[in-house]
Amino acid sequence: MTVTTSGQRRTPKVAKTNSVVKKVVMAVSGIIMILYLIAHMIGNLHAFQGAQAYNDYATWLRTFGEPALPKRTILTVIEVVLTVSVLAHMWAAFSLWYQAKRARPVGYVTKKAMAQSYASRTMRWGGVIILAFIVYHLLDMTTGTVNLAADKSEPFDRLVASFTNPWVTAFYVIALVLLGMHLRHGIWSATQTLGQSNRRRERTVNAAATSLSVLLIAGFLVVPLAIAIGALR
Amino acid sequence: MRLTLRIWRQKDPSVKGTMVTYKLDDISPDMSFLEMLDVLNERLIMDGDDPVAFDHDCREGICGMCGVMINGKAHGGEHTTTCQLHMRSFKDGDTIDVEPWRASPFPVIKDLAVDRRAFDRIIQAGGYISVPTGTAPEAHSTPVPKKDSDAAFDAATCIGCGACVAACPNASSMLFTAAKVTHLGLLPQGQPERYDRVVNMVTQQDLEGFGGCTNIGECSASCPKGISMETISRLNHDLLGALRAGVKPKS
Ligand code: HEM
Ligand code: SF4
Ligand code: FES
Repeated sequence: MTVTTSGQRRTPKVAKTNSVVKKVVMAVSGIIMILYLIAHMIGNLHAFQGAQAYNDYATWLRTFGEPALPKRTILTVIEVVLTVSVLAHMWAAFSLWYQAKRARPVGYVTKKAMAQSYASRTMRWGGVIILAFIVYHLLDMTTGTVNLAADKSEPFDRLVASFTNPWVTAFYVIALVLLGMHLRHGIWSATQTLGQSNRRRERTVNAAATSLSVLLIAGFLVVPLAIAIGALR
Repeated sequence: MRLTLRIWRQKDPSVKGTMVTYKLDDISPDMSFLEMLDVLNERLIMDGDDPVAFDHDCREGICGMCGVMINGKAHGGEHTTTCQLHMRSFKDGDTIDVEPWRASPFPVIKDLAVDRRAFDRIIQAGGYISVPTGTAPEAHSTPVPKKDSDAAFDAATCIGCGACVAACPNASSMLFTAAKVTHLGLLPQGQPERYDRVVNMVTQQDLEGFGGCTNIGECSASCPKGISMETISRLNHDLLGALRAGVKPKS
């Protein structure tokens, strides 16, 4: 029997890194980001203890470990790990996106879905929107560049300034719901990618992915919504 | 039954194809989808036209040759093969779109027929076990737990039709490869080559130009044999083990 190698000449570039390895990079970086998000969500709830407690918490994040550790040590470590995670996650996502595009240059005239969920279909563009949101969020709450509060504002002032504006609040809500869907499919997908799923566990994994995403996003949403409706100032 | 068919016609790989409309009267609901195409082809031949090229062999759902996209679903989306799909699944007066599998590793040969040899090369990369020839060994000398043999058998029912690739939004061949890796990886006879197998088969599917899996699940839902998503998790598990053990793909 003759073995043709035409397929091997067709795609030398995309095939350099094993496609499953790309998925593992995506899963591991995604899990790191989820762990951070859980801590971040719980931390945000300090807002309900009032402006003083919230600002103190923000200061504590920067002074944690002093004097044994220099100022901002923990925060810097977290920032570096997260930046690396986001970059690795994006590299894998775009590279698989490109690979999929090359794998089907000619589309179908008629194509109907059998099983795919909305969440699984919006991973790529949803991810891009989430990235845009992350950039905006940092400019809003961390640096204050795009924030509507005065220059020398405290963290709590920035919260109130943003979420009393309905447009900003709406953007946060949309981005968070998208993030929730991303995680809904992402947690299930990561379990598969890391080889931890099976037929018996499938239901449990899916239920856990849904409940974790809903809880996390609900936890994030309560702060902006409470400020928007005036329950928290 | 009266039907309107819109079929992808493409003379050969070098020219562009297009959807062509045909009208059929007098189709029996008991005909299989391929028999319906036979009726159309007889008429085309009588009229001196070029008949529609489509692949088929066994016509009993075991060879995996006959897959086409029917109304946007692989094999028509009825959990069976195109040859086992019957016209009673359609309504009188329906319009049916018929297209070939779409993936760059499955180039169109003519009309609905595509070249699926990329699958053969994935099998050649690792979908086998090495055993000495000679008399068949005594079956009782290698016991297989019932649970494993059942799961291996489920995976072994894959007929290599390519519906998983055709249905996948990424055009990934993961379900096919995972079915083979699972089938052999669960049996004692598959153990010696287990790690090499998964690394080489995944490398080959990437080289062929298939997309990467993102666990969307279209493949399993479209598979005529119901190969489960669990096989993909098993493949990933084996691959991680192999990479940790330092297994490299053969060049
Ligand atoms: C920077 C913007 C982002 C982009 C462009 C992006 C894109 C993607 C894509 C394309 C996938 C694969 C989809 C699939 O498996 O079907 C994915 C998976 C995933 N994402 Fe993201 N994402 C982003 C941000 C995030 C964030 C902030 C988190 C976590 C908090 C996250 C967590 C995950 C997880 C856990 C997975 C599953 C990994 C896997 O499939 O094995 N992503 N992402
Ligand atoms: S896994 Fe199912 S859809 Fe894919 S080739 Fe095998 S039988 Fe066909
Ligand atoms: S012709 Fe053999 S499976 Fe359909």
